[in-house]
Amino acid sequence: MRFLFKTDYEDDIKLFPHSGYFVSYGILLALLLIAPYLLSSYLMSQLVFVCIYATVGVALLILTGFTGQASLGHAAFLAIGAYTAAYLQKYNVPFPVYFLAAGALTGLIGAMVGFPALRLTGIYLVIATISFALIVEEILARWESVTNGNEGMRVKTLSLLGVTVPRDSPTFYYLCLAVLVLTIVGTLNLLRSPTGRAFVAIRDSETAARSMGVNVALYKVKSFAISAAITGFAGVLFAHKLSFISPEMFTLQLSIEFIIVILIGGTFSLHGAVLGAIFIVMIDPFLTYLKDDMPGIIAGIAATFGAGTATAGNIQSKVAAFASLNGLKGAIYGIIIVLFVLFEPLGLYGRWLKIKLFFQLFPLYKRATFKRQKIYVKSERNR
Amino acid sequence: MLDFVQQLVSGVALGCVYGLIALGFVLVYKATEVVNFAQGDLMMLGGFFAFTFIGMMGLNYWIGFAGAVAAMALFGMLAERVVVRPILGYPQFSIIMATIGLGYFLRSIAGMIWGTDDLKIETPFSQGVLRIGSLVLAYDKLSVIAATMILCTLLYLFFNKTTLGTAMRASSENMLAAYYMGIPVKRVVSIVWAISAAVATCAGVLLAPITFIHSNVGLVLGLKAFPAAVLGGFGSIPGAVVGGVLIGVIESMAGFYLAEGWKDVAPYIVLLTVLLLKPEGLFGLHVRKKV
Repeated sequence: MRFLFKTDYEDDIKLFPHSGYFVSYGILLALLLIAPYLLSSYLMSQLVFVCIYATVGVALLILTGFTGQASLGHAAFLAIGAYTAAYLQKYNVPFPVYFLAAGALTGLIGAMVGFPALRLTGIYLVIATISFALIVEEILARWESVTNGNEGMRVKTLSLLGVTVPRDSPTFYYLCLAVLVLTIVGTLNLLRSPTGRAFVAIRDSETAARSMGVNVALYKVKSFAISAAITGFAGVLFAHKLSFISPEMFTLQLSIEFIIVILIGGTFSLHGAVLGAIFIVMIDPFLTYLKDDMPGIIAGIAATFGAGTATAGNIQSKVAAFASLNGLKGAIYGIIIVLFVLFEPLGLYGRWLKIKLFFQLFPLYKRATFKRQKIYVKSERNR
Repeated sequence: MLDFVQQLVSGVALGCVYGLIALGFVLVYKATEVVNFAQGDLMMLGGFFAFTFIGMMGLNYWIGFAGAVAAMALFGMLAERVVVRPILGYPQFSIIMATIGLGYFLRSIAGMIWGTDDLKIETPFSQGVLRIGSLVLAYDKLSVIAATMILCTLLYLFFNKTTLGTAMRASSENMLAAYYMGIPVKRVVSIVWAISAAVATCAGVLLAPITFIHSNVGLVLGLKAFPAAVLGGFGSIPGAVVGGVLIGVIESMAGFYLAEGWKDVAPYIVLLTVLLLKPEGLFGLHVRKKV
């Protein structure tokens, strides 16, 4: 176990508290860099989606996790970024320009959403952001001169500095990884700057933040704009990855998936956003696995435990029928959300912290360290 | 003019349905300050229960209706016990997420059990229309309006005149204080969930002849009921119904008089405008804390 003695403020806000971080993150980054040579093309494609989802997750974390402004409308910001890219591409605008333009436009719209959100708290804000997302969805479907309506838009292959970057090439993966890493480093720096401190102060107590001289309105709008802009950047990559976008891709379902990303990862840490993104992207391969291989495996287990071939075959067909049920994905989503909220509100990262602490304190670990306190609500109406 | 009245009446009927779902939101919000995002899905499930009793088992309409309401009331208590009680008192965001998860789960399970086809219940109101001059009013729509009025009155009286209603309002204001005053807060919350699931079932069954029953109906209508509840000011029972009727009329008028596409957006535009101008809703209480 390593003890960290912080002797001045600089120690407290270091990006890497001790040298061990360089080793572990260095190894992780090296693994990610050589991943294209190790993994199959299918897994690479999933890894690109992990990068995009994690970028959105970090963006949402800035807003929901650190500023305390819940948003169920981030699919709309992603859509605005994607559509800006697809539209500007038609006029042969180079990638860096429309990439930045998408971020800027989305950030601007984010700020515009932030202004009405100033007067809203809690549930009202959630409903306002849902309404915003539904309106954007409808606009995308109806504004045919720009968005091509429900028929959707083709997105041309990305070309960066004269080199074409196909959507399944390692270069495209490196681009997504770079955006994710830059976003994470940028966010870490943001969070230790006065702006980030103000965000956290607003989350913990708006009144206290205001009395410490934080301009609550300004920082809330800032938080919305930054979060939306990062989501816009992710939207450009999303459009290129899919190579075709249409309004029905950016539904409330997607917004909820983003919320699940940060909920499952843990709403207090950037690690959580990445873990949550891995989780949500890997559900599909897992379901495929469940459908294709699981029945055989279970039948095999049944056979080894003395069941006859006929019974084993019977079990196999039953498991296969269960795995190919229509709404299984939705049911798994639902159960996972409920279980995480009930039993692991700190998310996967919280679980990791607990495991780490267990080994650090080995014989002395107490389960009650993370025990939740009993809470009674007072009305928020009289705030 | 006739078109206008016709649109108005169907808008009011549709709005009453939104109002009924919004009533469920309001009940739970009034008692626990939690918004149940699975309310629409409870409605959907109620409709499916009623279909099972009436359509598949061939029971009398009214007996099937009562059975569905009773079954859903129990189900509401169960959902409260399993999903909500362990996190009662935690930040609203947690509970919102838990109910979203519950909604997902119910939708998928209902799709697995009852399939994804549109189902229909034969009701005593399915056929027949009321003619006033050249105005044609279908009985199924009138029944929705009547039932909403009755339920709204009953719930209003319940909240404001009975001891249990007072206990519910008290536990929403300050749970700990209510607990100290001898109010069994947990049981109160449980009863609230039962009532709100029962109200949702009424909405589901009354709606069955109009929109049919399928596993996504709860999501679609639940999303429309949010503007209704917010317009009325979350937490006001008459407000929920008035908000619902407003949303229904706006939607119906926008569908008739404006270009295609406005119908689905108009409620949300109205909602955002109201939130901008009067964040506490039309009937909401504006309370200031005095220090």
